[in-house]
Amino acid sequence: MYNIVIVGVGGQGTLLASKILGQLALENGYDVRVSEVHGMSQRGGSVVTYVRISNDEPLYSAIVEQEQADVVLAFENLEALRALPYLKGGGKMIVNTQEILPMPVITGAAEYPENCLERLQNSCDTIVLDATGIAQECGTYRAANVVLMGVLAKQLPFSRDAWLKVIESNVKPQFIQVNKDAFMRGYEL
Amino acid sequence: MKKLMLGNEAIARGAYESGVTVSSAYPGTPSTEINENVATYKEIYAEWAPNEKVAVEVALGAAISGARSLSCMKHVGLNVASDPFYTAAYTGVNAGCVIVVADDPGMHSSQDEQDTRLIARSAHTPCLEPSNSQECKDYMRYAYDISEKYDTPVVVRITTRVAHARTVVDLGERTELPLREYTKNPKKFISMPANMVARHKYVEQREITLADDACTHPANRIEWNDKKIGVITSGAAYNYVKEALPFASVLKLGIVYPLPRKLIEEFAQQVETLYVIEDMEPFFEDTVKSWGIDCSGKDKTGLQGELFSRKIATEFTGAPAAGDMTTQGIPVRPPVLCPGCPHRGLYYVLSKLKLTVCSDIGCYTLGALAPLSAVDTTVCMGASIGMAQGFEKARGKDYAKKTVAVLGDSTFCHSGMTGLLNMAYNGSVGTVIVADNSITGMTGHQNNPANGFDIYGNPAPQLDLVKLCEAMGIKNVRVVDPYDLPELEKTLREETAREELSVIISRRPCALIVKQKITPYFSDPQKCKNCGMCMKIGCPAIIKTEKGVRIDDTLCVGCGLCSSVCKFGAMNMKGE
Repeated sequence: MYNIVIVGVGGQGTLLASKILGQLALENGYDVRVSEVHGMSQRGGSVVTYVRISNDEPLYSAIVEQEQADVVLAFENLEALRALPYLKGGGKMIVNTQEILPMPVITGAAEYPENCLERLQNSCDTIVLDATGIAQECGTYRAANVVLMGVLAKQLPFSRDAWLKVIESNVKPQFIQVNKDAFMRGYEL
Repeated sequence: MKKLMLGNEAIARGAYESGVTVSSAYPGTPSTEINENVATYKEIYAEWAPNEKVAVEVALGAAISGARSLSCMKHVGLNVASDPFYTAAYTGVNAGCVIVVADDPGMHSSQDEQDTRLIARSAHTPCLEPSNSQECKDYMRYAYDISEKYDTPVVVRITTRVAHARTVVDLGERTELPLREYTKNPKKFISMPANMVARHKYVEQREITLADDACTHPANRIEWNDKKIGVITSGAAYNYVKEALPFASVLKLGIVYPLPRKLIEEFAQQVETLYVIEDMEPFFEDTVKSWGIDCSGKDKTGLQGELFSRKIATEFTGAPAAGDMTTQGIPVRPPVLCPGCPHRGLYYVLSKLKLTVCSDIGCYTLGALAPLSAVDTTVCMGASIGMAQGFEKARGKDYAKKTVAVLGDSTFCHSGMTGLLNMAYNGSVGTVIVADNSITGMTGHQNNPANGFDIYGNPAPQLDLVKLCEAMGIKNVRVVDPYDLPELEKTLREETAREELSVIISRRPCALIVKQKITPYFSDPQKCKNCGMCMKIGCPAIIKTEKGVRIDDTLCVGCGLCSSVCKFGAMNMKGE
């Protein structure tokens, strides 16, 4: 059984990541629970998606709770830090170095913590990457989520080709190549 | 074939497989995706209705006329639809009629924590509750069978964590059903007192029969385990109970109203300690206690928020409590108006003019948050207009000149028209602003009667808001572009100054649906004085640094609002 928490900011493409992972697990004989966030919080707010996959223990709840996550996949620095309590001992944090300022920071009511990555690295096993920059090099910053999936793939028991097949079936034909490139850049990191 | 489906997608699939041919709904989180998915089945006529009351009436009419029908809504939508809903319990149906209602424990996207089971009970309408997507699909078929067998509308209650969870579903085939014969039946379908006195007797008897039959219905089942602890539960709470108390015996209720008394009594007799674990109100617990059965649960789980496995394990087994999820020194990230949102300019001016703003339900509720902080009240769909009128009647015409109502195009169609008619009819002074972004935005972009497209994206007759207001007798109706700040401010100053009723239509499509090439703005460091003026519009693409502001060009959509408020000409389009 694997518990994965995907966090980011509304609009970053976290839902696609959870959809692809869920479909991949199902196609490989796993039972799956994915819990998504729709509605108000999608408007630039913190977004948390849970993915639970299992081929041994039965699954009921679609929620990953505190200290239950094997992996946290974070699309943004601050959201990674916020999601830290989800990780269980020995769990892995994958974090994209992108910073998106929340409104209280923009208005000056709060400060963006300066030492996000340091705090993460001192607390858990952390993989840090500039997924947005890497995606840009592949053709579009929008593929950052797929770069991150490439990194996540190394933590899960599915083959590279199985991932690529599911990604291919979830993106428009004209974006298949850029997404494949983005995935491989993450996978080979 | 197995498929990973959202609970809402599975509800739609269940309706499809059950032979439904008519579906009417108004969008509302967490229910919206049901009708969106229904619309993908060509065998079903689907529509967006202007509100839930109309949607339920369409579904009831279709069912009485002989076709299986569906209506779906969020919990507060059922309040709007409660008039036809309550009486439909008396008239009964002909072909099956199912109303899916999505509750939102924890208020992820809602204004209250309302428990639909209580409403189903007070309307004497059976209510089913699934725990995962497979059950969402299966229970729809149960619901249609119950609806037809007992001649009653049926509620299927879901909660956010079921509606928005993807779990595996085994797909089945659709059952095509012939249209049932419709015969005129005044004693059943005309809700006059004399007819309904007899129907009420039927309703009471129906409920007794159904409660008996529920004891053997497959949706209610006992999962025997250690008999020291027995748990009565349903819906999402069942999932948490199975993980938190794997050793316990569980009575899982799929039919949550009427309750299967004999089954519950039998279960209670065989377990040493009986717990009732349910989201929201102590609906099962109060009833079970009223039968003289000793049980507990709500004293531990409380009335607020969602139940989770950890909380249940802590409260019922003494497992260590979950620590604090809040990490020190991390600023919150509330939702915000998107970059380029047409509502931003409107709220900027309202805030600048220091008006009292009765707002409404939609994306534009976010104008309440800093730095715009432009909203005084938000209650329910359409309330902005009635409340602004209330302010005027209580505080007088001069106060009305400092008060505006703001609501979106979809909300106006839903429940705003009658409020506006009331203002016009009763000679009220005030300014009503329709923030027309040509879409139902917050729920994820559904078409509505004011934007000229139907649920399938096909062209539809478009409500002419200006003519509608004129037809109500309103003399002052103006249309402005909220990107044009000087014109918007001038219009607002003029209309609020009048001792008459005015409507301002602030018209500009949602920035997320405009498909055009974007040229982002940038801040010229030579000209930026770092005065902070552009920070007042609360655009997430503008970032303040010590050296001046910077625009994040991955977020900027080139609306130019920052350029309108900058006094130093520092904000320019790239390439200009």
